[in-house]
Amino acid sequence: MAYTEEELKKELESKEYEYGFYTDIESDTFPKGLNEEVVIALSKKKEEPDWMTAWRLDAFKIWKEMQEPQWANVTYKKPDFQDISYYSAPNKKPKYESLDEVDPELLDTFNKLGISLDEQKKLAGVAVDIVMDSVSVATTFKETLAEKGIIFCSISEAIKKHPELVQKYIGSVVPKKDNFYAALNSAVFSDGSFCYIPKGVRCPMELSTYFRINQAGTGQFERTLVVADQGSYVSYLEGCTAPSRDENQLHAAVVELIALDDAEIKYSTVQNWFPGDSEGKGGVYNFVTKRGICHTNSKISWTQVETGSAVTWKYPSCVLKGDNSIGEFYSIAVTNNFQQADTGTKMIHLGKNTKSTIISKGISAGKSQNSYRGLVQVSPRATNARNFSQCDSLLMGNECGAHTFPYIEASNKSSQIEHEATTSKIGEDQIFYCNQRGIDTETAIALIVNGFSKEVLNKLPMEFAVEAQKLLEISLEGSVG
Amino acid sequence: MELKEKLLASFAVFENNLDLEDPILDLRNDSIKVFENKGFPTKKDEAWKYTSLAKIQNTDYSLFPKEEDCVNYQEVKKYFLHEIETYKLVFIDGVYSSFLSETTHMGIDVCLMSAAFKKPQYKHLIDKYFNKAASKEDSLSALNTSFSKEGAFIYIPKNTVADKPIEIINFSSGVEAALMIQPRNMIIADQGAEMQIIERHQSLTKNETLTNVVSELFAEQNAKIDLYKIQNDSLSASLIDNTYIDQKRDSVVSVHTFSFGGKLTRNNLNFYQNGENINSILKGVTIIGDKQHVDHHTLVHHREPNCESHQDYKGIYDQSSTGVFNGKIIVDKLAQKTNAFQQNNNILMEDKATINSKPQLEIFADDVKCSHGCTIGQLDEDALFYLQSRGIPKKEGRALLMYAFANNVLESVALPVVKKRINKIIAKKLGVELGFSI
Repeated sequence: MAYTEEELKKELESKEYEYGFYTDIESDTFPKGLNEEVVIALSKKKEEPDWMTAWRLDAFKIWKEMQEPQWANVTYKKPDFQDISYYSAPNKKPKYESLDEVDPELLDTFNKLGISLDEQKKLAGVAVDIVMDSVSVATTFKETLAEKGIIFCSISEAIKKHPELVQKYIGSVVPKKDNFYAALNSAVFSDGSFCYIPKGVRCPMELSTYFRINQAGTGQFERTLVVADQGSYVSYLEGCTAPSRDENQLHAAVVELIALDDAEIKYSTVQNWFPGDSEGKGGVYNFVTKRGICHTNSKISWTQVETGSAVTWKYPSCVLKGDNSIGEFYSIAVTNNFQQADTGTKMIHLGKNTKSTIISKGISAGKSQNSYRGLVQVSPRATNARNFSQCDSLLMGNECGAHTFPYIEASNKSSQIEHEATTSKIGEDQIFYCNQRGIDTETAIALIVNGFSKEVLNKLPMEFAVEAQKLLEISLEGSVG
Repeated sequence: MELKEKLLASFAVFENNLDLEDPILDLRNDSIKVFENKGFPTKKDEAWKYTSLAKIQNTDYSLFPKEEDCVNYQEVKKYFLHEIETYKLVFIDGVYSSFLSETTHMGIDVCLMSAAFKKPQYKHLIDKYFNKAASKEDSLSALNTSFSKEGAFIYIPKNTVADKPIEIINFSSGVEAALMIQPRNMIIADQGAEMQIIERHQSLTKNETLTNVVSELFAEQNAKIDLYKIQNDSLSASLIDNTYIDQKRDSVVSVHTFSFGGKLTRNNLNFYQNGENINSILKGVTIIGDKQHVDHHTLVHHREPNCESHQDYKGIYDQSSTGVFNGKIIVDKLAQKTNAFQQNNNILMEDKATINSKPQLEIFADDVKCSHGCTIGQLDEDALFYLQSRGIPKKEGRALLMYAFANNVLESVALPVVKKRINKIIAKKLGVELGFSI
């Protein structure tokens, strides 16, 4: 049977969100609305020390003064920040010693998502710190990590147990006043992950966290802080899925990475939140601030596969502060139906001999809009800075759009910067060539899309590649795999 | 008084002195309102992120210079393409100089905007074309529209080829201590018509000059226009050039911009493709130093299928100069089979030089080929060493490599005399004598 691009398009449009289900767990939820009392209550609820409460209040004060950003190439109904509940936690406490104690309904949720804890424990060797509606419910492999001196826990726990580390690093890369959503997050962040790798330690396994939005009307404000001390290495995985829901949900996370001298952090994300149905109703708003700072000889590498969310606003960035530091950004963004994505990266070259690589692949189908927005900045002191950027877009159908907004600012004569971008569709001659070699059209499209995104898929850790493939399949079923 | 207030106040005076039968009176009033609301763009405007107009607004410009300034031909001969026969439209301090000009009404019209506004036989052209391509929303273009009075008016009728290239030269004589002029050009190539135009703005003294020019070019079906902009002005002259090009089917328009100097130069070059099978060519070479600032802001709007656009901008930045390239390509949903290319290459010679580049694509059609590329780098040290090992001194070697870098743009110049002139300017800029011509 001949499989044409038209059919693929149709299939893409009609493909419903597979993981759209809703788990009914009793939640302990705050009333809707945001004011100083809510911030204080939230902080109290989490049994935080005074400095943290003050920090949150300060952020709230800054947030009140700020305006929602308008510059992104996306249109959406502005969320009403007073119509959101700022805290929701799965009710059944205390924490569990083993999986048997976990709410069976919750386990069922994970199984539907294909995140079998037992399986992962056995097979992948991945320590999972699952965040379901903001509170950690299960942590594995803690002992193995503890042996090496690695701290991997929820950020609330870290605030209690390791206040000196949190206080030193939180807000150091993404300051409270950085942007509207970062300020909001700083004021009301509910939970998140904290990771510290001590000097010279190579983390023996991939660290991973799964985020889910579960309770209706709950904004999810995750805060992630990863600190890699001198000469250490860590690979961190983050994957997200969310239940199908009609009203728009807001997600404003902040991720901060700190790579001290000679350290390396690899941060991979697979994001598959509910993108809204084929009429563009519902879906998650994803407004995320991700940034890492590289000290001397260190390296930060961002890899992301974005297939979900109704609106994405996300720019994982690297500040290359130290000499010889390296920043990398690999991204695949798939948009379908009425999805809108405005994503990209910022590479700020401050140190000497700094290098950065940007590979961004955008695939748009249906009536979606996919934008790449990036900044490469070379300061006058950044001698011998080197950047290579490549942004490719693949369009399927004539109702979608692909946009590129690269900003390149060079103020040093020794810098070498290359940027290239292309836009194309799947060529008829490419398919014809495959047909001629005995490859049917379906496989040919799969081959071409796979080839198109391969450069980025290759960068994902082995343990994550399966998941990434699976999520790509949901968005582009019939063309990948 | 702020420049904005001064302009608004003098508009009242300007309006009073206008003819009662001024054909665009309503348009002027609407336009000045746009300017009043928006004012001068600031760095907060995305389109002006890298170029600040704050500095040039501090000067107290005189807006209406005295009539009849005289410039000796021998003094300014070097700014003309005197080697060949051309039509010339020369303006001194914004006022037409009949002495230096050479106009015609023989078969083609090469004359003045002021004449076109007044004479009844041009009324249909004014009605049909005036301000139809220029942006109504852009505050600086609106400012020009409200004050527009003088400039070049060129009309080439159906299936006619202009027999000589046309030069449009604006001199500022320095009679005024500081001068702001707002020329308005309208250039129409009717079906199958062809022409070549050379445009130049030249300040003759060190007195401050600010030029806010709007040019509208209309290429009807199958027409062909080549426009060469030569910008090699003094360090006291600032130029804001707003060029709008409206193309109909099968037409070809090419614009070459050579920016070699000026205090602040901003080129807003906008192409609108309103027909099928159109070709738009945008090329530019920028070689600047000192504290000069050149900003190329281009837009190519593909609205219909089967069209092409080619952009190629090269920049060499020395000393504390700043360069900006902001290229935007929009491909509408209708514009299938579009081929759009954009290339921006830059060389930074000194650490204090800066380049800000933003090549931008907005694509709404799927069956298109669009690409853009941008590089920032240095001259190849190995290539330079090779030339030195062949007995070419370092200075000449560097100049040779820079020539090679800019050659892609230079070789597409169709008028040999323009090419020669550009070569001369480049050689002078680089401080070398080259025993060959390219």
